[in-house]
Order: sequence, then C-alpha cells, then structure tokens
Amino acid sequence: MASAFDTGRRPQWCPGCGNYGILAAVRAALAELGLKPESVVAVAGIGCHGRMTEYLGVNAFHAIHGRAVPVAVGVKLANPSLKVIVHTGDGDAYSIGLSHLLHAARRNVGIAVIVHNNMIFALTTGQAGPTTPKGVRTRSTPSGNPEEPFNPILLALASGATFVARGFSDDVQHLKELIKRAVNHRGFAIIDVIQPCPTFYDVRREIRGRLYKLEGHDPADFKAALNLALEAEKIPLGVLYDVEKPAFEENFKHLVKQPAELASLRKLSLAKLLARFS
Amino acid sequence: MAAKELAVLVGGPAGSGVFATGAIAARALLYHGYSVFATNEYPSTIRGGHQWVLVRGRLGENVYAHCRSIDALLALDAETIRLHEARLGGRGVVVCDESVAKGLCSNARIVALGLREVVEKAGAPPVAVNVAGLSALLAMMGARLEPILEAVKSYYRGRERLAELNVRVATMAYELGVKLEALSSLKLKYEPRGGRLLLDGNSAVALGALAGGMSFFAAYPITPASPILHFLAEVQEEVGAIVVQAECELAAINMAVGAAYAGARAVVATSGPGFSLMAEALGEAAMTETPIVVVNVQRAGPSTGLPTHTAQGDLRFAIHASHGEFPRVVLAPGDPVEAYQLTCEALNLAWRYQVPVILLTDKYLGESYWTIDGLPRVEPDEGSIIVGEAPAGYARYRVTDDGVSPMLLPGTRGARVYANANEHDEEGFVTVDPETVRRMQEKRFRKLRMLRALAEERGVKVYGSGRVALLVWGSTKMVALEALRELEGVKLVQVVWLEPFPAQSLGRELEGCRVLVAENNATGQLASLVREHLLREPDSLLLRYDGRQLEPEEIVEFVRGGRGG
Repeated sequence: MASAFDTGRRPQWCPGCGNYGILAAVRAALAELGLKPESVVAVAGIGCHGRMTEYLGVNAFHAIHGRAVPVAVGVKLANPSLKVIVHTGDGDAYSIGLSHLLHAARRNVGIAVIVHNNMIFALTTGQAGPTTPKGVRTRSTPSGNPEEPFNPILLALASGATFVARGFSDDVQHLKELIKRAVNHRGFAIIDVIQPCPTFYDVRREIRGRLYKLEGHDPADFKAALNLALEAEKIPLGVLYDVEKPAFEENFKHLVKQPAELASLRKLSLAKLLARFS
Repeated sequence: MAAKELAVLVGGPAGSGVFATGAIAARALLYHGYSVFATNEYPSTIRGGHQWVLVRGRLGENVYAHCRSIDALLALDAETIRLHEARLGGRGVVVCDESVAKGLCSNARIVALGLREVVEKAGAPPVAVNVAGLSALLAMMGARLEPILEAVKSYYRGRERLAELNVRVATMAYELGVKLEALSSLKLKYEPRGGRLLLDGNSAVALGALAGGMSFFAAYPITPASPILHFLAEVQEEVGAIVVQAECELAAINMAVGAAYAGARAVVATSGPGFSLMAEALGEAAMTETPIVVVNVQRAGPSTGLPTHTAQGDLRFAIHASHGEFPRVVLAPGDPVEAYQLTCEALNLAWRYQVPVILLTDKYLGESYWTIDGLPRVEPDEGSIIVGEAPAGYARYRVTDDGVSPMLLPGTRGARVYANANEHDEEGFVTVDPETVRRMQEKRFRKLRMLRALAEERGVKVYGSGRVALLVWGSTKMVALEALRELEGVKLVQVVWLEPFPAQSLGRELEGCRVLVAENNATGQLASLVREHLLREPDSLLLRYDGRQLEPEEIVEFVRGGRGG
C-alpha cells in the first residue's frame, strides 16, 4: 500500500541517513491511515529533510528556509479538509524558523510537524545548531561547541502544543505509530525525531542504551510530561503529551465547513459595507 | 459671504479625541453638501504629543488635497494655538475652552467658550469638549444643527450611549456658537447631495481586496497599514474571509503563500519595515508561482524612520526586492478609487499570471479621507486555475507559450500538486540541469510580454493638457490635481504601473514637453526610472522628504519656476 505514497524517485541521502527511516515511517503511517494521496499536503523547509517532498507521493510545497510552518498554517486555514504535514529540520524549525513553531503551537493550528533533528546543520556541511550538544566539534565550532543546546520538547510544551512526542528514525515501526497519532490529532502536533547524521554527527553510539519507550505514562498529565522532557540521562520515546483542545482553524466557522468553495470565485456585494463610509 | 471653500484644523494632545473631531467635522461638512478632504498628523505615542486633523471643504467641486492656509482652528490645548496660529488666514478664528485661553496673551482671533461647562451640564465625560468645540465652531460658521448631529451619530454608530451623550453636548454647544455667528466671516452653505462617501485609502484597499475575491488576509500590526487589518478583522465573518494576525511579517506572507497554494485569494498588508521582511518570501512566491498580493503602505524611512509619517521612498525597493530575478508587478494608486480598483486588479493579475503583485500606497493616501461619488464595479476574473478533474499528465510547471502553467489546487483527485521554491522541472522536482533551469527561467519571464502590454495600455494616466508635463506617482497625484487648479498649460502625468514600466506610453506623453517631476522622496526614484527607460533627463525635480506630503502651493511655485531644480 505504501507505494501509493511513492513518487517513484529514488531517495538520495547519505548511506545510513535517518531520513530513510522517517520517509518509510511516514509512507506507512499514511497508508495505514487509509488516506488518499490527494488529501495530504507535505510542506518541507530547507535542509537534508527538504528532499522528503521529492519522494513522498502527496501534494507538496517545498518552502524556503525556516518558513515551512507558516506556509503549512496558511494551507490548513485555507482548506482545513487537507491533512497537513510539515517536514522540517532542527536548523529550519529550531533556529531560523523558531518563532513560527512556537506560535503555531500556541494557536493550536491543526498541522503535524515532524522535526528531523540530527543536531547539526548537515546540508551546509556540518555546522553547530541549536540542538548540538555542548563541546561537540563541528566545522563552525572547531574547538568544541561553546553553546548549550536547548530542549525542544520543553519548548513545545511551554508553547502550548497539544501533542508532543519524540521518535527515533531507526525505529520505524514506533515512529510510524507516532506519526499516525500526530496526523489525526486535533490541533498542533509535534514529533521531535532523533535522526542520526552518519556524515557529520552520528549520535547512534552516544544515545545507545539511553533511549527507552514510555510505558504507563499518562499523556494528559502536563507535569509528568514536563518531568519527562527534563530527563537528561535517559531519553524517553513516545507520546509525552496529548490533550484535545479546539484547533485554530475551527475559529473560522464561516469558512471552515466549505473548503470546496475556495475554488470557486466569490463575487461579493459591497453595498452593506459601504454604508460605513456614508 | 457664503463660503465656497474652507479649511478647519483641529489640534490637541493625543488622547483628546482629535481624530474623532476631525471625522465628525468631515461628515458634518459632507452632509452640508461640501466635497471634503481630511488628513492628519500624529506622533508615535498613545497619550501625549501633539496631533491634528485638517478638514477641507469645497462646494460644487472636488477638493483633492490639503492646503497651507486655514480658516478656523479648534484648539484642544494651548500648544495647538502656538503651533498653528500662523496658518490662519486674514479673518480666521481660534475656538477653544476658556481654560485653554487663560494664560495666553489677549488675541482678537481667540474665541474662548465655556465648553467644559457645557460638557459637565450634559453629563458627558471631559473628553467630549472636542465635540462641544466643533459644534460651537460650526454654529459660528452658520452650520445647521441637524447635519452636525447626523455626523455625531454616524461616527458613534454602534456605540449608542456615546452617541447620545455627544448629541446632547453638540446640541448645547451649538447654542453657544449661534450667538457668536457675527465673529466668523465664513458662512457655510447648506446644499445637501446624497449618496456620496468619505473614503480613506486603507479602507479602499480592503474593499478592493474583497471585491477581488480575497478570502485570506494576514498581517502583523504596523503603522500606517494596521487600519486595513482592523477593518478586515471586523468584517471577516460578514464577508466570509479568514483574517489572521501573524507573529511577524515573515509569517504573514508565508501564511498567505500557503493559503494561495491551497486556493485562497490571499493578501498581506504592511509598511516599509514589514515589507523589508517580506522580501524573502516575495522570491518564494515568484519561484513557486504562487499568486500573492502585497500592499506596502509606505512611511518615511529608512529603518523605523518616522513611523507615523508619509513618504514614497520604497519605489526602487519594491521593483527590486528579493534576490535573484523574477517577473513581478508593482502598481501605485493615487486616490481611494484607484486604490480600490487596483487592489482588485492586483488580485486578478496575480491569479492570471501567477506572479507577486505589489501595491504601493502611502500614509497620506492610506489615512486621508476623500469624498467620492461611489465605487465602480470591479470583480474577480477566472485566473489560470483549473477547478475539477486533473488533466492527464498534469504538471504544475508545464512549459507553455505564454509562460503561465495551469494551476491545480491540492485536493484535486488524481493530481499531485507540487510547488517548489527550489528551481524545479515541469512537475516540480528539484533540478540543477542547465537546460531545464534556462527553460524554467524563460518560462517565468515570458509572462512579462503580456504584463508589459498591459502596463503600456493601463500604466499611464493624464489629466489636463499643455506643453509642461508634471510627472508624479502615487498620492502626489492628488496634491498635483489640487495644484492644477491654479496652473495653465500643464498636463499632469501619473505613472500607475511602475513595474513593468510603461516606457512607450509614457514616452509619448512626455514628447515635446518640458518634464517636471514631483515626488515624496529624497532621490527622485520615478525620475531615475525615466532616465533608465526613456533616456531622458527631467528638466526639474521637486522632492520632499521630511515625512510630509508635498503641498499644492509648493507644486504651484515649482511649476512656475520658483522651486526645485
């Protein structure tokens, strides 16, 4: 079934890149959700993740660096019947486009944001990013990264995201389940996906033995989610937070129910509006 | 002597209701049958700092712009008298409350009235001294009470308690003014004409966008463009549009690009600083061939500049904004009716040719009011989207003879709609193949052929005739039209399409004429386009760059040879 979400182009990432796992997980998730390719829009930013739109057989908008989220917000508001998935990287979402991410979370816009977090600027050949751990040598930090990384999960929770999860690109089955839940979530969903970059920063060895899957956690418990986000040694995978609140697009009730109308032109009579100016 | 013309200035500290007074005065004159123009000036503060509104009326003919000399000054504080008294014409009067006049040197022009007393007696809040002063002043000039009360009610529509209190204040203060009629040399006439509107440029843009089928609007608050956001936010449910206040201008334009990709006719409005931020996504819209309309209500820069003052300094920037090369359209309306028509046209052009369209207005156009007889009927045209089933072998960026590829909306059965901000092939896939890159660039630029033809056809407007051509763009047109009343042998030439530039039609209009250029910027940006496209050096330039629009009197002096160079 997953072949329906294949553009037929052979993916081109480095051998061992985490993007292969994320692509496989998204395709499988969409297939298992029974979605039609034409009902999905993938919006990607700039980075190695950006090639997702080349391979994922759904409608797509390959945006400029850092602005995938606001483009996706526009798509969702204009046609809420579309399932809108954002593929973005740690540079795209957490550095240049950070404010958009937080505000989309705050508004609870019904988009699913999948952050390909390889903790490095990879496409630009290996500079430190906002999630690169302190001390890591990169091409822009040859003596070791002097900056502290921030905690994207904590940030997402603080911003009001109603669905916050963490996945691992090497665990496709688990990630697929997270994506299915995120795509069907009412409102804003974010999955921070740990994505090893074998060329510039392969975290596989570093995180081995630290990852564990959440069990028995109540995703409606905000404080428990905060505590999980604060864990330093162990890295929890799974849905940390999941609550239901009205989505932003539901505010536009005058439009939200007739997306089909968008295609047809509205010829508006201004007579009533003009009374204000008389 | 009946007043065929008059100019009243209302001034006071921010927060004293100066704008409300101006709006009511403008309506009161309109209801008397005058053609009205109103403009304002204010600092970037909410309380304190001086602000004023100038209301100018003319009977029987249009009034296009402001003027230096005023006939009456309504002073809500002593500072107003100090700042504006010199503008009073020979028999002009100042009306103020007794408390304002106290401490000033005795001055025969000053009519100090017990306005506060009236407000107290009426049981209205102290700020209502503005309406009291206006009503008394208009009464002194022989105004009728009924149109004044209508103006008050119209201004406070939907705020019934305030309307009622201010009607009471206006009625009582009117009695004060009537007794002093002899003090004013102005005698207002009452020749009501129905059906006319008072329209500002910002509202005109909003109305034009709605008429053009806009269903998505996003903006970040910025002076002087915010009134467009306010108006659309207020009417969004009534008109069935989505109005979003974005977290920044980057977000606003990217949301609009996303919405347009999904099929909504989308508009964003901002001023220079926000337009700078939007430059990035202009290229994105161009490369993805997503239709988008960007309104830049220019203010004086650079940087934060004079955030509440007017300028025409963004012309070159609008033409070139964003990196790389792509076709775009830049339009500059000169008055509210043009602002309305061109905003609708901007949407139509964007959706027909799948290019970004930039509308350049300015603070003077956006926040001044003009009397208009009505708005012409304009409507959205079909554009270049295919609605319904996808044609076999659909490709979003199909290379076509005219450069316009058929646009499908995501959600169309059987179609994959792939928009790509990277260079791409016909189906939208990323490419670096030199042959494909060249073909796609040429495809996009082929649209310019049709756009250039439209620019030549619609891009230049001419008023009057003569051997002297006064060349303007944007709201300076209105100042020049006002100046034209005093000038002979001058033809006013307005460039409406700035990009593509209507070089041939402009060249024809300027042929054999002495060319004078008047602009609201420091470097003569329109003049530079004339040099570039027509290889012609204008004979003289009048440039104003102090945050104020040119005055009609200045233009008259300039054309007569007194200024500029």
